[in-house]
Amino acid sequence: MHDAAVHDDSKGQYFWVWGALLVLTAIEVVLGYRQVFEPIRMLQVLLILSVIKSALIIGYFMHLKFEKSLMRWMLVLSVTACFVIMYFFFFPDAGRVLPPPNGVGLQ
Amino acid sequence: MADAAIQHNAVEHGLTGEYEAPLFGAYSKKVGMWLFLASDSLTFGALLFAFSYNRIYTTPWPTPFHVASITNATIMTACLLSSSLTMVMGVFAAQRGDRTWTRYWLLATMAFGTAFIVLHGMEWTKLIGEGLTIPGFPRPATAATGELADVSKNVPQFPATFFGLTAMHMLHVTIGVIYLGVVAFRKWFLPVLAVLWIGGYFLIPSDNIFHYGIHALGLALVVSAVILFLKPKDYDAHDVEVSGLYWHFVDLVWMFIFPLVYLMSTKIN
Repeated sequence: MHDAAVHDDSKGQYFWVWGALLVLTAIEVVLGYRQVFEPIRMLQVLLILSVIKSALIIGYFMHLKFEKSLMRWMLVLSVTACFVIMYFFFFPDAGRVLPPPNGVGLQ
Repeated sequence: MADAAIQHNAVEHGLTGEYEAPLFGAYSKKVGMWLFLASDSLTFGALLFAFSYNRIYTTPWPTPFHVASITNATIMTACLLSSSLTMVMGVFAAQRGDRTWTRYWLLATMAFGTAFIVLHGMEWTKLIGEGLTIPGFPRPATAATGELADVSKNVPQFPATFFGLTAMHMLHVTIGVIYLGVVAFRKWFLPVLAVLWIGGYFLIPSDNIFHYGIHALGLALVVSAVILFLKPKDYDAHDVEVSGLYWHFVDLVWMFIFPLVYLMSTKIN
């Protein structure tokens, strides 16, 4: 096994992460099904919860938290930069074709 | 004499040893898988952005997912999350050299993955039966008059983006289950794959999309056989860890598909 994989591998923490992921999923379902927020706010909240869940999966299950910092930063920054570029390509245009009447794009 | 010459050349070229330390402190297979996953995340990113783009500019956006669909998708999510936990346990078993438990944990992961695929297939079949289709899909008799027939006619971008995104993910899960099967059981997995392919083809009715989709297993059978026979090897802890990275990525992608596709399109009665 390579050096980077040598870390505190107590299995308990993985069960905690799994439990946290299930709880976050339950929160998402309740928020989504009860329509707690109006759609744009809902989209933002659900995306924030999804980013937290993905960070837990990448950090613990995929062990990126325990890799060398060079690998961590290179992967996270490059992929994030690509998504930011995609965002600027897509969404200004999506907003441009929005029907303006009430200023609400999402139903 | 030869050793002395090699040593001389090494000194002359400023080389300090036989191997250079890996830049990322990880073995090459692992770095390769991470780079593949980074590129694959952009594929899914593009599909998710396309779905969101359509979601924003299309008014009214269809909301076809009743409580039964949301319940089904929630169970699917729990299956994937649980499969990630069993995968982690499988990696630990492989690292301590416990081959029996590595197989058990990988088998548990495959079972959760298969449950996900079956539940997703049932969901697709239900939606198609209610009329949510795209051109080229086989349609059962109920599709023409179903509840969602108007959605397919009036908002074709909904079924197009929904099926495009979820089909891509389902394909990844299927490949993941086969990948784990090959790592865990090697050549013994090939007959299982063949039985699933041929059995699935004859058991699934011809008006169901999966009657044709099951051929993905035939293609996977050929690819797996080529890999296993051309490069036979006993997969070690590194291989299990790398296959685990792929599996967790599949789980990760679903964490975005589930809220964006399902929860943002719930039907409130």
